[in-house]
Amino acid sequence: MDEVLGLFSFGAGGWGDELASGALLTVELAVATIPFGLVVGMLVALARRSDSKPLRILANIFATVFRGLPELLTIFIVYYGGQLLLQQVVGLVSDARVEVSAFLAGVVALGCVFSAYASEVFLGAFRGIQSGQYDAANALGLRRFPTIYCVIFPQFVRLALPGVANLWLNLLKDTALVSVIALNDLMRQTYVAVGATKQPFTFYLAACLIYLAMSIVSSFGITAIERWSERGTRYMR
Amino acid sequence: MNPELLARYLPRMLEGLLVTMELVVISVALGALLALPIALARLSSSWFWRSLSFGYVYFFRGTPLLAQTYLVYYGSGQFRHFFEAIGLWGLFREAFFCCVLTFTLNTAAYQAEILRGAIRAISQGQREAALSLGLRQHQVLIRVILPQALILALRPLGNEIILMVKSSAIAAIVTVFDLMGATRLAYARSFDISFYFWAAAFYLIIVEALRRLWDRLERRMTRHLALSAHRA
Repeated sequence: MDEVLGLFSFGAGGWGDELASGALLTVELAVATIPFGLVVGMLVALARRSDSKPLRILANIFATVFRGLPELLTIFIVYYGGQLLLQQVVGLVSDARVEVSAFLAGVVALGCVFSAYASEVFLGAFRGIQSGQYDAANALGLRRFPTIYCVIFPQFVRLALPGVANLWLNLLKDTALVSVIALNDLMRQTYVAVGATKQPFTFYLAACLIYLAMSIVSSFGITAIERWSERGTRYMR
Repeated sequence: MNPELLARYLPRMLEGLLVTMELVVISVALGALLALPIALARLSSSWFWRSLSFGYVYFFRGTPLLAQTYLVYYGSGQFRHFFEAIGLWGLFREAFFCCVLTFTLNTAAYQAEILRGAIRAISQGQREAALSLGLRQHQVLIRVILPQALILALRPLGNEIILMVKSSAIAAIVTVFDLMGATRLAYARSFDISFYFWAAAFYLIIVEALRRLWDRLERRMTRHLALSAHRA
């Protein structure tokens, strides 16, 4: 038992600090993806509801493609494809070699997947708000911005939250895939630790438990936010 | 795109496509067999079975599939002597077997949750009516509850198969030459990014075909309900 605990100690002999730094990077990656994913997801959802047919078709293709591709393939395409694209753009002016940051590629790839699913959640939330709400706000003399900010948005958040919470939990797990493009996240740090200690089961189990702990902590946060978003409803449990 | 390169690697990618399908079909089928007992354990009145199945489902749904695959594929090496002693070491050295094992355990957890939700959605009156007709417990389950629950579970199960097709790409990381594995090989040898786009097209075609097939299956399986749904 002491031997196992020693493996996870912080400092030169143990791998605790390496795993912790990997876990931190995993969280950073997931947190950095959220704003990108939410904004693009909202834009895609609005485009899918728009009156312009080409815009609708384009947005639908985006959502279908990124929901249909394996996340791993999306990461590879963004990482290698992005590198190639940037290299060609830079190649027009100089012959410097371009390195795409694995972190950035991870954020873009995971963000595309997140936003494709998020657009679906947002569409559902929009559908859940009855047109009477717009009419009522109009009858009260509210202008466009107060209508959206004070009437639609609070209901929208409540309706979209469960779906977005699920997407967050998926995102947290999907970050593990970014380890294959050499980002020193939790998964990769575990891989390194295994290489040095030859204790694969112990370390991968530890990594699983750390991911599990992240999901559990997230669930508590999600419950708190959901309660906050439901503060205006009469049917509190 | 260089046609010579394409001619060299496209056949290997098609072979990989077959491996991907094998992986998914075997894992989803075995997972379905496991899912029913797990779902029943989740609904059991015994505290022991409930917490055991809850722990199982929570672990497999709360951790990345990649981590689970590493845990089985690399982790089994830590128990090499044990597996050698019981004669299973040969299996655990095979990446394909490790992937099937991990994917099966993983999809079983997801399918069990789908089944549990579907069984709970069947109204209690169905059970009571069946019991009052003199059916035994297992007959109630097999002849009354499950047929109705499976129809409710049909759509989410279809989604689970599609998710499995996508997740199966992970097998490539542990050296299985599935569609993703063959594509990585082609890219590593040629540095031609278009192989990834070919793979993307293949995956999209499978997913879209599955979705349509499932739509049709669902319409056929629920045709006896179409009238009442229409009325409601």
